[in-house]
Amino acid sequence: MNLVATDPAPSRLGTFQQQFAQALVAAAPPVDGDASLAELFAQPGFAVYRNTVHKGCIDALQANYPAVTRLVGEEWIRAAAAEFARLHRPASPMLLEYGAQFAAFLEGFAPAAELPYLAGVARLDRFWTEAHGARDELPLEPARVAALTQAELEFTRLRPHASARWAWFHEMPIFTLWSRNRHAEGAHDDIEWRGEGALVVRPFDSVSPVPLGRADVVFLDACAAGGTLADAAVAALAAEAEADLAQSMARLLSAGAFAYCDTERT
Amino acid sequence: MPQPSSRLSAGLGLRPQHFDAARDCGADGLWFEVHPENYMVDGGPRLGWLEAVRARHPLSLHGVAMSLAADAAPDGEHLRRFKALVDRFEPALISEHLAWSTWRGTYHPDLLPFPRTRDALARIAANVGRAQDALKRRIAIENPSHYLRFDGHELGEIEFLAELARRTGCGLLLDVNNVYVSARNLGTDPAAYIDAFPAGCVDEIHLAGHSADPNLGEALLIDSHDAPVAPAVWTLYERLVARTGPRPTLVERDDNLPEFSALFAERERAQRTLGALERRAA
Repeated sequence: MNLVATDPAPSRLGTFQQQFAQALVAAAPPVDGDASLAELFAQPGFAVYRNTVHKGCIDALQANYPAVTRLVGEEWIRAAAAEFARLHRPASPMLLEYGAQFAAFLEGFAPAAELPYLAGVARLDRFWTEAHGARDELPLEPARVAALTQAELEFTRLRPHASARWAWFHEMPIFTLWSRNRHAEGAHDDIEWRGEGALVVRPFDSVSPVPLGRADVVFLDACAAGGTLADAAVAALAAEAEADLAQSMARLLSAGAFAYCDTERT
Repeated sequence: MPQPSSRLSAGLGLRPQHFDAARDCGADGLWFEVHPENYMVDGGPRLGWLEAVRARHPLSLHGVAMSLAADAAPDGEHLRRFKALVDRFEPALISEHLAWSTWRGTYHPDLLPFPRTRDALARIAANVGRAQDALKRRIAIENPSHYLRFDGHELGEIEFLAELARRTGCGLLLDVNNVYVSARNLGTDPAAYIDAFPAGCVDEIHLAGHSADPNLGEALLIDSHDAPVAPAVWTLYERLVARTGPRPTLVERDDNLPEFSALFAERERAQRTLGALERRAA
Protein backbone atom coordinates (compact mmCIF):
# COMPACT_ATOMS: atom_id res chain seq x y z
CA MET A 1 0.00 0.00 0.00
CA ASN A 2 1.29 3.40 -0.88
CA LEU A 3 1.15 5.61 2.20
CA VAL A 4 2.88 8.58 0.63
CA ALA A 5 0.45 11.44 0.08
CA THR A 6 0.23 12.51 -3.52
CA ASP A 7 -1.08 15.76 -4.92
CA PRO A 8 -4.50 15.56 -6.52
CA ALA A 9 -4.33 15.19 -10.29
CA PRO A 10 -3.74 18.66 -11.76
CA SER A 11 -6.78 20.18 -13.42
CA ARG A 12 -6.85 20.92 -17.12
CA LEU A 13 -6.73 24.65 -16.33
CA GLY A 14 -3.71 24.21 -14.06
CA THR A 15 -1.90 22.05 -16.58
CA PHE A 16 -2.56 24.62 -19.29
CA GLN A 17 -1.27 27.44 -17.10
CA GLN A 18 1.88 25.57 -16.15
CA GLN A 19 2.75 24.95 -19.82
CA PHE A 20 1.75 28.43 -20.94
CA ALA A 21 3.86 30.04 -18.19
CA GLN A 22 6.86 27.92 -19.14
CA ALA A 23 6.46 28.78 -22.81
CA LEU A 24 6.23 32.50 -21.97
CA VAL A 25 9.69 32.62 -20.44
CA ALA A 26 11.46 29.87 -22.40
CA ALA A 27 14.24 30.92 -24.78
CA ALA A 28 11.89 29.86 -27.59
CA PRO A 29 8.34 28.50 -27.36
CA PRO A 30 8.38 24.68 -27.18
CA VAL A 31 7.38 22.85 -30.36
CA ASP A 32 7.08 19.32 -28.92
CA GLY A 33 4.71 18.00 -26.25
CA ASP A 34 0.95 18.58 -26.38
CA ALA A 35 0.06 19.10 -30.04
CA SER A 36 -2.74 21.63 -29.43
CA LEU A 37 -0.48 23.71 -27.20
CA ALA A 38 2.41 23.53 -29.67
CA GLU A 39 -0.03 24.82 -32.29
CA LEU A 40 -1.05 27.64 -29.92
CA PHE A 41 2.55 28.66 -29.23
CA ALA A 42 3.29 28.65 -32.96
CA GLN A 43 0.66 31.31 -33.67
CA PRO A 44 2.03 34.84 -34.24
CA GLY A 45 -0.20 36.12 -31.43
CA PHE A 46 1.73 34.14 -28.84
CA ALA A 47 4.65 36.52 -29.31
CA VAL A 48 2.41 39.38 -28.13
CA TYR A 49 2.22 37.76 -24.68
CA ARG A 50 5.92 36.93 -24.62
CA ASN A 51 6.85 40.47 -25.63
CA THR A 52 4.45 42.12 -23.18
CA VAL A 53 5.75 40.07 -20.24
CA HIS A 54 9.36 40.71 -21.25
CA LYS A 55 8.81 44.44 -21.79
CA GLY A 56 6.86 44.76 -18.52
CA CYS A 57 9.83 43.43 -16.53
CA ILE A 58 12.39 45.58 -18.36
CA ASP A 59 10.29 48.78 -18.18
CA ALA A 60 9.82 48.29 -14.44
CA LEU A 61 13.55 47.82 -13.79
CA GLN A 62 14.47 50.81 -15.91
CA ALA A 63 11.91 52.96 -14.07
CA ASN A 64 13.16 51.75 -10.67
CA TYR A 65 16.84 52.48 -11.45
CA PRO A 66 16.96 55.99 -12.98
CA ALA A 67 20.48 56.93 -11.83
CA VAL A 68 21.88 53.65 -13.19
CA THR A 69 20.01 54.32 -16.44
CA ARG A 70 21.49 57.80 -16.77
CA LEU A 71 25.02 56.47 -16.14
CA VAL A 72 24.94 53.60 -18.63
CA GLY A 73 22.29 54.68 -21.13
CA GLU A 74 18.99 53.12 -22.10
CA GLU A 75 20.35 50.41 -24.39
CA TRP A 76 22.78 49.14 -21.76
CA ILE A 77 20.27 49.06 -18.89
CA ARG A 78 17.63 47.34 -21.01
CA ALA A 79 20.12 44.62 -21.97
CA ALA A 80 21.14 44.20 -18.31
CA ALA A 81 17.49 44.22 -17.23
CA ALA A 82 16.65 41.51 -19.78
CA GLU A 83 19.36 39.29 -18.33
CA PHE A 84 18.25 40.08 -14.77
CA ALA A 85 14.61 39.30 -15.63
CA ARG A 86 15.65 35.96 -17.12
CA LEU A 87 17.18 35.03 -13.76
CA HIS A 88 14.71 36.76 -11.42
CA ARG A 89 11.09 36.88 -12.52
CA PRO A 90 8.82 39.22 -10.52
CA ALA A 91 7.36 37.45 -7.50
CA SER A 92 4.79 40.19 -6.86
CA PRO A 93 2.52 42.36 -9.01
CA MET A 94 3.84 45.42 -7.20
CA LEU A 95 6.43 46.19 -9.86
CA LEU A 96 7.49 49.30 -7.91
CA GLU A 97 9.30 46.82 -5.72
CA TYR A 98 10.73 44.69 -8.52
CA GLY A 99 14.51 44.37 -8.67
CA ALA A 100 15.51 44.01 -5.00
CA GLN A 101 18.47 41.87 -6.16
CA PHE A 102 19.49 44.15 -9.04
CA ALA A 103 22.50 45.72 -7.25
CA ALA A 104 23.82 42.30 -6.27
CA PHE A 105 23.23 41.09 -9.83
CA LEU A 106 25.26 44.00 -11.24
CA GLU A 107 28.20 43.08 -8.99
CA GLY A 108 28.52 39.81 -10.84
CA PHE A 109 27.41 41.00 -14.28
CA ALA A 110 30.42 40.74 -16.60
CA PRO A 111 29.63 43.82 -18.77
CA ALA A 112 29.58 45.90 -15.54
CA ALA A 113 33.09 44.82 -14.50
CA GLU A 114 34.58 48.09 -15.76
CA LEU A 115 31.97 50.11 -13.84
CA PRO A 116 32.75 49.14 -10.23
CA TYR A 117 30.55 51.94 -8.87
CA LEU A 118 27.40 50.78 -10.68
CA ALA A 119 26.19 48.33 -8.00
CA GLY A 120 26.56 51.05 -5.34
CA VAL A 121 24.56 53.51 -7.43
CA ALA A 122 21.90 50.81 -7.88
CA ARG A 123 21.74 50.34 -4.11
CA LEU A 124 20.98 54.03 -3.65
CA ASP A 125 18.27 53.94 -6.35
CA ARG A 126 16.78 51.05 -4.40
CA PHE A 127 17.08 52.97 -1.11
CA TRP A 128 15.14 55.82 -2.75
CA THR A 129 12.30 53.44 -3.79
CA GLU A 130 12.12 51.93 -0.30
CA ALA A 131 12.19 55.31 1.45
CA HIS A 132 9.54 56.73 -0.89
CA GLY A 133 6.97 54.03 -0.08
CA ALA A 134 7.90 53.39 3.56
CA ARG A 135 5.48 53.74 6.45
CA ASP A 136 4.81 57.39 7.39
CA GLU A 137 6.35 58.44 10.67
CA LEU A 138 7.16 61.79 12.28
CA PRO A 139 10.90 62.35 12.64
CA LEU A 140 12.40 62.99 16.06
CA GLU A 141 12.66 66.72 16.82
CA PRO A 142 16.31 67.73 17.40
CA ALA A 143 15.03 69.87 20.31
CA ARG A 144 13.84 66.71 22.06
CA VAL A 145 17.41 65.40 22.18
CA ALA A 146 18.91 68.84 22.94
CA ALA A 147 16.76 68.98 26.10
CA LEU A 148 18.31 65.81 27.55
CA THR A 149 20.93 66.06 30.30
CA GLN A 150 24.41 64.66 29.74
CA ALA A 151 23.57 61.76 32.08
CA GLU A 152 20.36 60.96 30.17
CA LEU A 153 22.12 61.14 26.82
CA GLU A 154 24.48 58.29 27.72
CA PHE A 155 21.60 55.84 28.13
CA THR A 156 19.34 57.18 25.42
CA ARG A 157 18.51 54.94 22.50
CA LEU A 158 17.48 56.48 19.18
CA ARG A 159 15.55 54.36 16.71
CA PRO A 160 16.11 55.14 13.02
CA HIS A 161 13.17 56.48 11.04
CA ALA A 162 11.04 53.87 9.23
CA SER A 163 12.13 55.23 5.85
CA ALA A 164 15.87 55.56 6.66
CA ARG A 165 18.34 53.55 4.55
CA TRP A 166 22.08 54.10 4.81
CA ALA A 167 25.38 52.55 3.76
CA TRP A 168 29.11 53.21 3.65
CA PHE A 169 30.92 52.77 0.34
CA HIS A 170 34.66 52.11 0.59
CA GLU A 171 36.91 54.04 -1.76
CA MET A 172 34.12 55.19 -4.04
CA PRO A 173 32.15 58.47 -4.08
CA ILE A 174 28.87 56.63 -4.61
CA PHE A 175 26.69 59.30 -3.01
CA THR A 176 28.02 62.05 -5.29
CA LEU A 177 27.81 59.86 -8.41
CA TRP A 178 24.30 58.76 -7.56
CA SER A 179 23.06 62.18 -6.56
CA ARG A 180 24.31 63.88 -9.73
CA ASN A 181 22.78 61.22 -11.96
CA ARG A 182 19.55 60.89 -10.04
CA HIS A 183 19.00 64.62 -10.39
CA ALA A 184 20.62 64.84 -13.83
CA GLU A 185 23.07 67.56 -12.89
CA GLY A 186 26.72 68.26 -13.61
CA ALA A 187 29.61 66.36 -15.16
CA HIS A 188 31.80 63.89 -13.32
CA ASP A 189 35.28 65.30 -13.88
CA ASP A 190 35.47 67.20 -10.57
CA ILE A 191 34.55 64.28 -8.31
CA GLU A 192 37.07 63.43 -5.64
CA TRP A 193 37.62 59.67 -5.63
CA ARG A 194 37.22 58.62 -1.99
CA GLY A 195 34.87 56.62 0.20
CA GLU A 196 31.44 58.11 0.95
CA GLY A 197 28.46 57.26 3.10
CA ALA A 198 24.85 57.91 2.21
CA LEU A 199 21.58 58.32 4.08
CA VAL A 200 18.34 58.19 2.09
CA VAL A 201 15.38 59.12 4.24
CA ARG A 202 11.88 60.57 3.88
CA PRO A 203 11.07 62.38 7.13
CA PHE A 204 8.00 64.05 5.58
CA ASP A 205 6.72 64.06 1.97
CA SER A 206 10.01 64.18 0.07
CA VAL A 207 12.91 61.78 -0.05
CA SER A 208 15.93 63.71 1.23
CA PRO A 209 19.30 62.07 0.64
CA VAL A 210 22.35 63.35 2.56
CA PRO A 211 26.04 62.40 2.37
CA LEU A 212 27.49 60.83 5.51
CA GLY A 213 30.97 60.26 6.89
CA ARG A 214 32.30 56.92 8.09
CA ALA A 215 31.56 57.75 11.74
CA ASP A 216 27.94 58.78 10.94
CA VAL A 217 27.26 55.44 9.28
CA VAL A 218 28.75 53.43 12.15
CA PHE A 219 26.82 55.57 14.63
CA LEU A 220 23.54 54.84 12.80
CA ASP A 221 24.38 51.14 12.59
CA ALA A 222 24.88 51.04 16.38
CA CYS A 223 21.60 52.89 17.02
CA ALA A 224 19.74 50.52 14.67
CA ALA A 225 21.22 47.55 16.55
CA GLY A 226 19.62 48.89 19.74
CA GLY A 227 22.73 50.40 21.32
CA THR A 228 22.70 53.44 23.61
CA LEU A 229 24.21 56.73 22.46
CA ALA A 230 27.25 55.83 24.57
CA ASP A 231 27.59 52.54 22.65
CA ALA A 232 27.12 54.33 19.35
CA ALA A 233 29.76 56.93 20.27
CA VAL A 234 32.32 54.25 21.17
CA ALA A 235 31.68 52.43 17.90
CA ALA A 236 31.88 55.63 15.83
CA LEU A 237 35.16 56.71 17.44
CA ALA A 238 36.62 53.24 16.91
CA ALA A 239 35.85 53.59 13.20
CA GLU A 240 37.07 57.17 12.91
CA ALA A 241 39.13 58.39 15.88
CA GLU A 242 39.00 62.06 14.94
CA ALA A 243 35.23 62.11 14.31
CA ASP A 244 33.23 65.04 15.71
CA LEU A 245 30.30 63.20 17.30
CA ALA A 246 28.36 66.35 18.18
CA GLN A 247 28.40 67.20 14.47
CA SER A 248 27.40 63.65 13.54
CA MET A 249 24.40 63.80 15.88
CA ALA A 250 23.38 67.21 14.59
CA ARG A 251 23.69 66.06 10.96
CA LEU A 252 21.62 62.92 11.55
CA LEU A 253 18.96 64.65 13.64
CA SER A 254 18.49 67.50 11.18
CA ALA A 255 18.22 64.98 8.32
CA GLY A 256 15.34 63.28 10.14
CA ALA A 257 17.23 60.00 10.50
CA PHE A 258 15.55 59.11 13.79
CA ALA A 259 11.95 58.67 14.83
CA TYR A 260 12.01 57.70 18.43
CA CYS A 261 13.93 58.46 21.56
CA ASP A 262 14.01 56.12 24.55
CA THR A 263 15.64 57.53 27.68
CA GLU A 264 14.80 54.58 29.96
CA ARG A 265 17.85 53.17 31.69
CA THR A 266 17.67 49.39 31.29
CA MET B 1 -23.38 43.98 -2.15
CA PRO B 2 -23.43 47.75 -2.66
CA GLN B 3 -24.13 48.70 -6.26
CA PRO B 4 -21.77 51.04 -8.10
CA SER B 5 -22.59 54.68 -8.26
CA SER B 6 -24.99 55.68 -11.02
CA ARG B 7 -23.78 59.29 -10.92
CA LEU B 8 -20.53 58.63 -12.77
CA SER B 9 -20.39 59.80 -16.34
CA ALA B 10 -17.09 59.88 -18.28
CA GLY B 11 -13.75 59.39 -16.53
CA LEU B 12 -10.05 59.16 -17.26
CA GLY B 13 -7.23 56.78 -16.41
CA LEU B 14 -4.96 58.66 -14.00
CA ARG B 15 -1.19 58.70 -14.49
CA PRO B 16 1.24 60.28 -11.98
CA GLN B 17 2.40 62.79 -14.65
CA HIS B 18 -1.12 64.24 -14.67
CA PHE B 19 -1.80 64.38 -10.93
CA ASP B 20 -1.90 68.16 -10.61
CA ALA B 21 -4.03 68.74 -13.70
CA ALA B 22 -6.38 65.93 -12.67
CA ARG B 23 -6.78 67.22 -9.13
CA ASP B 24 -7.50 70.75 -10.32
CA CYS B 25 -9.88 69.87 -13.16
CA GLY B 26 -13.39 70.85 -12.12
CA ALA B 27 -15.36 69.26 -14.98
CA ASP B 28 -18.80 68.04 -14.03
CA GLY B 29 -19.02 64.30 -13.37
CA LEU B 30 -15.31 63.68 -13.97
CA TRP B 31 -13.86 60.62 -12.22
CA PHE B 32 -10.52 58.85 -12.30
CA GLU B 33 -9.34 55.26 -12.44
CA VAL B 34 -6.03 53.86 -11.17
CA HIS B 35 -4.32 50.48 -10.97
CA PRO B 36 -4.32 49.67 -7.24
CA GLU B 37 -1.04 47.73 -7.58
CA ASN B 38 0.73 51.09 -8.01
CA TYR B 39 -0.55 52.24 -4.61
CA MET B 40 0.12 49.15 -2.53
CA VAL B 41 2.81 50.90 -0.49
CA ASP B 42 3.02 51.38 3.27
CA GLY B 43 3.06 55.19 3.12
CA GLY B 44 4.54 58.18 1.37
CA PRO B 45 3.56 60.83 -1.15
CA ARG B 46 2.09 58.40 -3.70
CA LEU B 47 -0.86 57.80 -1.39
CA GLY B 48 -0.98 61.51 -0.57
CA TRP B 49 -1.31 62.41 -4.26
CA LEU B 50 -4.14 59.96 -4.72
CA GLU B 51 -5.86 61.28 -1.61
CA ALA B 52 -5.69 64.81 -3.00
CA VAL B 53 -7.34 63.69 -6.26
CA ARG B 54 -9.89 61.59 -4.38
CA ALA B 55 -10.83 64.60 -2.22
CA ARG B 56 -12.29 66.22 -5.35
CA HIS B 57 -13.26 63.35 -7.66
CA PRO B 58 -14.78 59.87 -7.47
CA LEU B 59 -12.25 57.09 -7.94
CA SER B 60 -12.27 53.65 -9.53
CA LEU B 61 -9.81 50.88 -8.62
CA HIS B 62 -9.03 48.74 -11.68
CA GLY B 63 -6.91 45.76 -10.67
CA VAL B 64 -4.60 44.02 -13.11
CA ALA B 65 -3.14 41.32 -10.88
CA MET B 66 -5.72 39.33 -8.94
CA SER B 67 -5.12 36.56 -11.45
CA LEU B 68 -8.74 35.43 -11.13
CA ALA B 69 -8.49 33.02 -14.08
CA ALA B 70 -5.62 31.09 -12.49
CA ASP B 71 -6.28 27.61 -11.19
CA ALA B 72 -5.45 28.86 -7.71
CA ALA B 73 -7.15 31.06 -5.15
CA PRO B 74 -6.27 34.78 -5.33
CA ASP B 75 -3.31 35.67 -3.12
CA GLY B 76 -4.51 36.52 0.40
CA GLU B 77 -1.90 39.20 0.99
CA HIS B 78 -2.79 40.86 -2.32
CA LEU B 79 -6.48 40.89 -1.37
CA ARG B 80 -5.61 42.33 2.05
CA ARG B 81 -3.66 45.19 0.46
CA PHE B 82 -6.46 45.76 -2.07
CA LYS B 83 -9.00 45.91 0.77
CA ALA B 84 -6.87 48.48 2.61
CA LEU B 85 -7.07 50.72 -0.48
CA VAL B 86 -10.83 50.18 -0.74
CA ASP B 87 -11.21 51.23 2.90
CA ARG B 88 -8.97 54.26 2.48
CA PHE B 89 -10.24 55.61 -0.86
CA GLU B 90 -13.86 54.35 -0.91
CA PRO B 91 -13.88 53.84 -4.68
CA ALA B 92 -17.12 54.21 -6.61
CA LEU B 93 -16.14 51.26 -8.83
CA ILE B 94 -13.86 48.24 -8.50
CA SER B 95 -12.91 46.04 -11.42
CA GLU B 96 -10.62 43.22 -12.50
CA HIS B 97 -9.93 41.08 -15.57
CA LEU B 98 -11.02 37.75 -16.95
CA ALA B 99 -7.38 36.68 -17.12
CA TRP B 100 -4.49 35.30 -15.11
CA SER B 101 -1.03 36.69 -14.42
CA THR B 102 0.37 34.97 -11.33
CA TRP B 103 1.19 31.30 -11.42
CA ARG B 104 3.13 29.39 -8.76
CA GLY B 105 4.86 32.36 -7.22
CA THR B 106 5.77 34.16 -10.44
CA TYR B 107 4.01 37.29 -11.64
CA HIS B 108 3.83 37.64 -15.43
CA PRO B 109 3.04 41.30 -16.15
CA ASP B 110 0.27 40.70 -18.68
CA LEU B 111 -3.35 39.55 -18.87
CA LEU B 112 -3.05 35.94 -20.00
CA PRO B 113 -5.67 33.78 -21.78
CA PHE B 114 -7.14 30.37 -20.98
CA PRO B 115 -9.55 27.86 -22.55
CA ARG B 116 -13.12 28.73 -21.49
CA THR B 117 -14.16 25.33 -20.17
CA ARG B 118 -16.92 24.57 -17.67
CA ASP B 119 -14.24 23.59 -15.14
CA ALA B 120 -12.54 26.95 -15.64
CA LEU B 121 -15.87 28.72 -15.11
CA ALA B 122 -16.37 26.92 -11.78
CA ARG B 123 -12.86 27.82 -10.62
CA ILE B 124 -13.10 31.47 -11.74
CA ALA B 125 -16.54 31.89 -10.17
CA ALA B 126 -15.06 30.64 -6.88
CA ASN B 127 -12.17 33.10 -7.24
CA VAL B 128 -14.45 36.05 -8.01
CA GLY B 129 -16.61 35.11 -5.04
CA ARG B 130 -13.54 35.00 -2.81
CA ALA B 131 -12.39 38.42 -4.04
CA GLN B 132 -15.82 39.98 -3.50
CA ASP B 133 -16.01 38.49 -0.01
CA ALA B 134 -12.55 39.81 0.87
CA LEU B 135 -13.27 43.32 -0.45
CA LYS B 136 -16.90 43.29 0.75
CA ARG B 137 -17.82 44.86 -2.57
CA ARG B 138 -19.16 43.85 -5.94
CA ILE B 139 -16.47 43.92 -8.62
CA ALA B 140 -16.84 44.20 -12.39
CA ILE B 141 -14.97 41.71 -14.60
CA GLU B 142 -13.50 42.90 -17.91
CA ASN B 143 -13.54 41.06 -21.23
CA PRO B 144 -9.95 40.47 -22.45
CA SER B 145 -8.17 41.22 -25.72
CA HIS B 146 -7.41 38.11 -27.75
CA TYR B 147 -4.38 37.29 -29.86
CA LEU B 148 -4.72 33.50 -30.08
CA ARG B 149 -7.21 31.09 -31.65
CA PHE B 150 -8.04 28.35 -29.12
CA ASP B 151 -9.43 24.92 -29.97
CA GLY B 152 -10.36 24.17 -26.39
CA HIS B 153 -13.17 26.64 -25.65
CA GLU B 154 -16.40 25.01 -24.49
CA LEU B 155 -18.24 28.31 -23.96
CA GLY B 156 -18.44 31.56 -25.90
CA GLU B 157 -17.03 34.57 -24.10
CA ILE B 158 -20.36 36.33 -23.63
CA GLU B 159 -21.98 33.12 -22.39
CA PHE B 160 -19.04 32.64 -20.00
CA LEU B 161 -19.18 36.20 -18.63
CA ALA B 162 -22.96 36.18 -18.26
CA GLU B 163 -22.83 32.94 -16.33
CA LEU B 164 -20.00 34.28 -14.16
CA ALA B 165 -22.15 37.32 -13.32
CA ARG B 166 -25.17 35.12 -12.61
CA ARG B 167 -23.25 32.80 -10.27
CA THR B 168 -21.29 35.44 -8.33
CA GLY B 169 -23.35 38.62 -8.56
CA CYS B 170 -20.34 40.37 -10.08
CA GLY B 171 -20.76 43.12 -12.62
CA LEU B 172 -19.12 43.28 -16.04
CA LEU B 173 -16.77 45.83 -17.49
CA LEU B 174 -17.13 45.98 -21.26
CA ASP B 175 -13.93 47.17 -22.92
CA VAL B 176 -15.00 48.20 -26.41
CA ASN B 177 -11.44 48.44 -27.68
CA ASN B 178 -10.79 44.86 -26.53
CA VAL B 179 -13.91 43.77 -28.43
CA TYR B 180 -12.63 45.48 -31.58
CA VAL B 181 -9.04 44.20 -31.27
CA SER B 182 -10.20 40.65 -30.55
CA ALA B 183 -12.72 40.61 -33.38
CA ARG B 184 -10.11 41.86 -35.86
CA ASN B 185 -7.53 39.33 -34.66
CA LEU B 186 -9.92 36.36 -34.60
CA GLY B 187 -12.03 37.30 -37.64
CA THR B 188 -15.33 37.77 -35.80
CA ASP B 189 -17.94 40.54 -35.91
CA PRO B 190 -17.42 43.19 -33.19
CA ALA B 191 -20.89 44.70 -33.65
CA ALA B 192 -22.51 41.30 -33.08
CA TYR B 193 -20.53 40.97 -29.83
CA ILE B 194 -21.60 44.44 -28.70
CA ASP B 195 -25.24 43.66 -29.53
CA ALA B 196 -25.22 40.34 -27.64
CA PHE B 197 -23.49 41.55 -24.49
CA PRO B 198 -25.75 41.39 -21.40
CA ALA B 199 -26.59 45.07 -20.98
CA GLY B 200 -27.99 44.71 -17.48
CA CYS B 201 -24.62 43.57 -16.11
CA VAL B 202 -22.52 46.43 -17.51
CA ASP B 203 -21.17 48.48 -14.58
CA GLU B 204 -18.51 50.24 -16.61
CA ILE B 205 -17.26 50.73 -20.17
CA HIS B 206 -13.63 51.14 -21.24
CA LEU B 207 -12.35 52.94 -24.33
CA ALA B 208 -8.68 52.91 -25.35
CA GLY B 209 -6.36 53.06 -28.32
CA HIS B 210 -4.65 50.16 -30.08
CA SER B 211 -1.82 49.77 -32.55
CA ALA B 212 -0.82 47.45 -35.36
CA ASP B 213 1.83 44.80 -34.66
CA PRO B 214 5.26 46.14 -35.73
CA ASN B 215 5.94 43.01 -37.81
CA LEU B 216 2.53 41.81 -38.96
CA GLY B 217 0.82 45.17 -39.33
CA GLU B 218 -2.97 45.35 -39.42
CA ALA B 219 -3.24 41.53 -39.42
CA LEU B 220 -2.49 41.61 -35.68
CA LEU B 221 -3.78 44.47 -33.56
CA ILE B 222 -2.29 45.08 -30.11
CA ASP B 223 -4.29 46.49 -27.19
CA SER B 224 -1.44 48.91 -26.50
CA HIS B 225 -3.22 51.87 -24.83
CA ASP B 226 -0.67 54.14 -26.51
CA ALA B 227 -2.87 56.02 -28.98
CA PRO B 228 -6.17 57.89 -29.12
CA VAL B 229 -9.40 55.85 -29.25
CA ALA B 230 -9.89 54.71 -32.87
CA PRO B 231 -12.91 55.90 -34.94
CA ALA B 232 -14.23 52.33 -35.28
CA VAL B 233 -14.17 51.95 -31.49
CA TRP B 234 -16.11 55.21 -31.03
CA THR B 235 -18.72 53.90 -33.47
CA LEU B 236 -19.06 50.65 -31.51
CA TYR B 237 -19.28 52.63 -28.27
CA GLU B 238 -22.12 54.77 -29.58
CA ARG B 239 -23.90 51.62 -30.75
CA LEU B 240 -23.44 50.08 -27.28
CA VAL B 241 -24.72 52.97 -25.16
CA ALA B 242 -27.66 53.53 -27.51
CA ARG B 243 -28.79 50.11 -26.25
CA THR B 244 -27.59 50.10 -22.62
CA GLY B 245 -28.22 53.76 -21.83
CA PRO B 246 -25.57 55.87 -20.11
CA ARG B 247 -22.91 53.91 -18.21
CA PRO B 248 -19.72 55.07 -16.49
CA THR B 249 -17.22 55.30 -19.36
CA LEU B 250 -13.45 55.47 -19.01
CA VAL B 251 -10.84 56.61 -21.52
CA GLU B 252 -7.62 54.68 -20.77
CA ARG B 253 -4.12 55.68 -21.78
CA ASP B 254 -1.00 54.02 -20.36
CA ASP B 255 1.77 54.68 -22.84
CA ASN B 256 2.95 57.45 -25.20
CA LEU B 257 1.22 59.82 -22.82
CA PRO B 258 0.02 63.17 -24.24
CA GLU B 259 -0.83 66.32 -22.29
CA PHE B 260 -3.76 66.06 -19.89
CA SER B 261 -5.78 68.38 -22.17
CA ALA B 262 -5.56 65.89 -25.08
CA LEU B 263 -6.90 63.05 -22.93
CA PHE B 264 -9.53 65.34 -21.51
CA ALA B 265 -10.74 66.15 -25.05
CA GLU B 266 -11.33 62.41 -25.64
CA ARG B 267 -13.15 62.21 -22.32
CA GLU B 268 -15.32 65.14 -23.40
CA ARG B 269 -16.42 63.23 -26.49
CA ALA B 270 -17.66 60.35 -24.33
CA GLN B 271 -19.23 62.86 -21.95
CA ARG B 272 -21.19 64.48 -24.80
CA THR B 273 -22.46 61.08 -25.95
CA LEU B 274 -23.63 60.23 -22.42
CA GLY B 275 -25.13 63.69 -21.95
CA ALA B 276 -27.18 63.39 -25.15
CA LEU B 277 -28.55 60.03 -23.99
CA GLU B 278 -29.49 61.48 -20.63
CA ARG B 279 -31.28 64.44 -22.20
CA ARG B 280 -33.18 62.09 -24.47
CA ALA B 281 -34.25 59.96 -21.49
CA ALA B 282 -35.30 63.01 -19.44
